[in-house]
Order: sequence, then structure tokens, then C-alpha cells
Amino acid sequence: MIEIREDWCKGCDVCIDRCPVDALEKSDILNKRGVRPPKLKKINKCNYCRLCELLCPDMAITVIAEDKKEEVNKKLLRPVGGRK
Amino acid sequence: MVEIKTADQLNKKYLREGMWPTIFCNGCGHGTVLEYTLWAIEELGWDMDKTVFTSGIGCSSRLPGYINADGLHTTHGRAIAFATGIKAANPDLNIIVFTGDGDCAGIGGNHFIHAARRNIDMTVIMINNFIYGMTGGQLAPTAPLNSIATTAPYGNIEPPFDICNLAKALGANYVARWTVNHPYQPIKSVKDALAKKGFSLVEFLAPCPTAYGRRNRLGDIKKHWEWYDNNTILIEDYERIINYGSEKEKEEVKNMFPIGVFQDLEKPGFFEQYEKLVDRLMIKKNKKPVKKETVISR
Ligand SMILES: Cc1ncc(C[n+]2csc(CCOP(=O)(O)OP(=O)(O)O)c2C)c(N)n1
Ligand code: SF4
Ligand code: SF4
Ligand code: SF4
Ligand SMILES: [Mg+2]
Repeated sequence: MIEIREDWCKGCDVCIDRCPVDALEKSDILNKRGVRPPKLKKINKCNYCRLCELLCPDMAITVIAEDKKEEVNKKLLRPVGGRK
Repeated sequence: MVEIKTADQLNKKYLREGMWPTIFCNGCGHGTVLEYTLWAIEELGWDMDKTVFTSGIGCSSRLPGYINADGLHTTHGRAIAFATGIKAANPDLNIIVFTGDGDCAGIGGNHFIHAARRNIDMTVIMINNFIYGMTGGQLAPTAPLNSIATTAPYGNIEPPFDICNLAKALGANYVARWTVNHPYQPIKSVKDALAKKGFSLVEFLAPCPTAYGRRNRLGDIKKHWEWYDNNTILIEDYERIINYGSEKEKEEVKNMFPIGVFQDLEKPGFFEQYEKLVDRLMIKKNKKPVKKETVISR
């Protein structure tokens, strides 16, 4: 589960852009800043890696892990320095 | 003690209520640096009543204002000087300095040099966004060649400061550079820096879309954050390529920013040396080491 403090979100979309499994999208809600905070896609492969939570500059995301025995995709967790 | 597991709990424990979210622009990396630092403090279990934050002036220097702990928001460039004073007055306190590239490498450069040289016990977290963000985008001494700034409208012709190399040359105990893009390495690194006696520096390369990115045509926030993926390389990989790589590989990494831990030493910090000096003089005077309390009562 992903909890969003909607009014804290500035809409940078860093969470959406950097989720390793592309699980997030903009929601339909318009917050008081006039931006649309993220939400989990209806069908998603979120593995609770918490990257979005740790990256959000305004701590607007909290990831609460659910029991799900799937392999964690850690694609983005190592700074590869741009070299493939 | 509550066990902190989520950003929300971290926020409630360490930040001043009602100050959040930050005043920083959309896509700014400063908030992320604060969060990484708080995770590191949480992992160390530091007592916030024994921790003091200092900062100078700039967007980055506003960070201590959000933290529910004592802090000094000082004059431009002087954060390290104030931090030295706090540590001298009460060596039991933990000192963390939040500073910008302008604040630390520009106007405060001399304070930085001497604190690193003297191995003064503090952790400096310098947020390098290549620009004077707060005042609207003047050229910073860390800006890469050809960067555009309001004071360098035709491109920067001055070679930039490598603040990590400088600290390393001065013998600082701990020196590391990271980007904000990947959380785990920097959190561990900040933790190591905080736990280290003597002078420690963690430099963060952080996006400033407003004053730097826009002017330098780095694209939208997504592209600007990606710039840090594509223009940084782990120091271990960098050294391997520079030593053993082909000419083509060397050319590829030549202008990238090495990231990682550059120095990790165990030299005694300034205040440890100072205590030893006091003990040595006491032995000379009394022919035996004397506890501080007894000295006062005489
Ligand atoms: C003595 C003095 N000179 C100049 C200024 C104006 N000034 C305020 S912030 C700043 C630059 C800050 O740059 P940096 O430390 O990189 O912080 P950033 O905003 O980029 O995070 C300057 C020049 C000042 N406040 N005081
Ligand atoms: S990273 Fe945070 S501020 Fe940015 S869009 Fe996601 S929730 Fe909003
Ligand atoms: S927890 Fe990880 S997988 Fe889930 S939405 Fe956040 S970044 Fe994506
Ligand atoms: S001007 Fe730059 S450094 Fe300052 S808050 Fe905006 S993005 Fe961040
Ligand atoms: Mg700056």
C-alpha cells in the first residue's frame, strides 16, 4: 500500500519517473497547489522497494509493505554512474 | 524508543510541526538530502538534544530550520566558523553543518580549508547545485566549465573547484560525494561521516531546476535528475578505466563526476589532540594526570 500526503506533493513526478517497475501514475486529484499527486496504477508490480518514499523531496509518500512473495527488482538501487 | 520505519514516522520524529513541506522549488534536491541525513541519524540513534545544526545562507542553508533540534542559521559562509565555536564550547555536542556550494566553497572557502586541515570534529554536508540558487543563479565556484549563470551569460570560463579533492588533500578524516538519485549508499555514507571523529565532508550533487537546470537547458525535472545518472561514475570504476581503459573509454568518463568514498582515515580529531595537550601540561605541572574536576577545585 502507498499512502500519499496529497497536499505536500509538489508534482515533481520524481517518484513516477524513477519507480523501477513503473507502478505509479498521476492521480485524478488536484491538490491545493494545483498539481496531481501520484497513485499506484490499478494493475501494478509494486514490490515495496521504498525507492519512491526515500526519493520524494517532501516526504509525501509512505510505503507500507504487504505480504507478497515476489522477487524485488532492484534495478535502480545501485549508482551505476551511467555506464551500462 | 519508537522504531522508525517510514518517511512519515521519520518526519514526525525529527521535523518541526507545521514547517513542512519545504519552501524549495518543485524538483529541488535539498529535501531529499535532509531526508537521507535524518535516516542516518536515526540509524545511529543520536540524541537530538545533543545535536546542533549550523548553516550559512542559501536555499541549502535553510535545512536546519525544519529540524526539531537546536540550530544556528548564521551569516553567509560562516557556518563552519560557528560550528567550530560550538564544538569548542561544548565538545560533547554532535555538530552537523548544512551548507551550499556558494556558502562553503565560495564565500566560506577559507573556513572550510582550515576546519578540514585542523581536523575539527564536525560533519559538513555540502549541497552542490553548481549555482547560487537563492539569489537567482549567479555563477558558483563549483560550476562546470561552460555553465550558464546570470553572471556568466556566455558560459563559464573558470575551472571549477573540486571540494572533495581539496578536503582529501587537507587530510580530512572522511570525504565522500554522492548524488541524490540513489538513497542507500549516501545514507550509509552520511552515517559513517557522522560517526567519524575529526572532520568529515559529504558532498551531494543535487538538482536546482530553477536557477541551474533551466538556464543550462538540462530539460524538465525528469531529464535534469537523469543528468546525474549519466554524468557520474563510481570512483572505483573511474579509476579502473583511467588506469587500464582504452582511449575511447577514457574519453567517455573524462568529464564525469566520480562519486563514492574518497577518503576514510582514523586520525585523531582536533579536540582529542587538544585534550591530550591539556593532560600533558597537567602532568608536567603536577607530575601526574589530574581529573578536570580537581583542577577546578584548586
Ligand atoms: C555577505 C553576503 N554576501 C552575499 C549574500 C547574498 N547571498 C545570499 S545566498 C547567496 C548564495 C548561496 O549559494 P549557495 O550556498 O550555493 O546556496 P543555494 O541557494 O544554491 O543552495 C548569496 C550570494 C549574503 N546573504 N551575504
Ligand atoms: S516525488 Fe513526492 S513531491 Fe514529487 S510527485 Fe512524487 S509525491 Fe509528489
Ligand atoms: S515502493 Fe518501489 S515499486 Fe512500489 S511504487 Fe515505490 S518505487 Fe515503485
Ligand atoms: S532555487 Fe534552486 S536550490 Fe533554491 S529551492 Fe529552487 S531549485 Fe532548490
Ligand atoms: Mg548552490
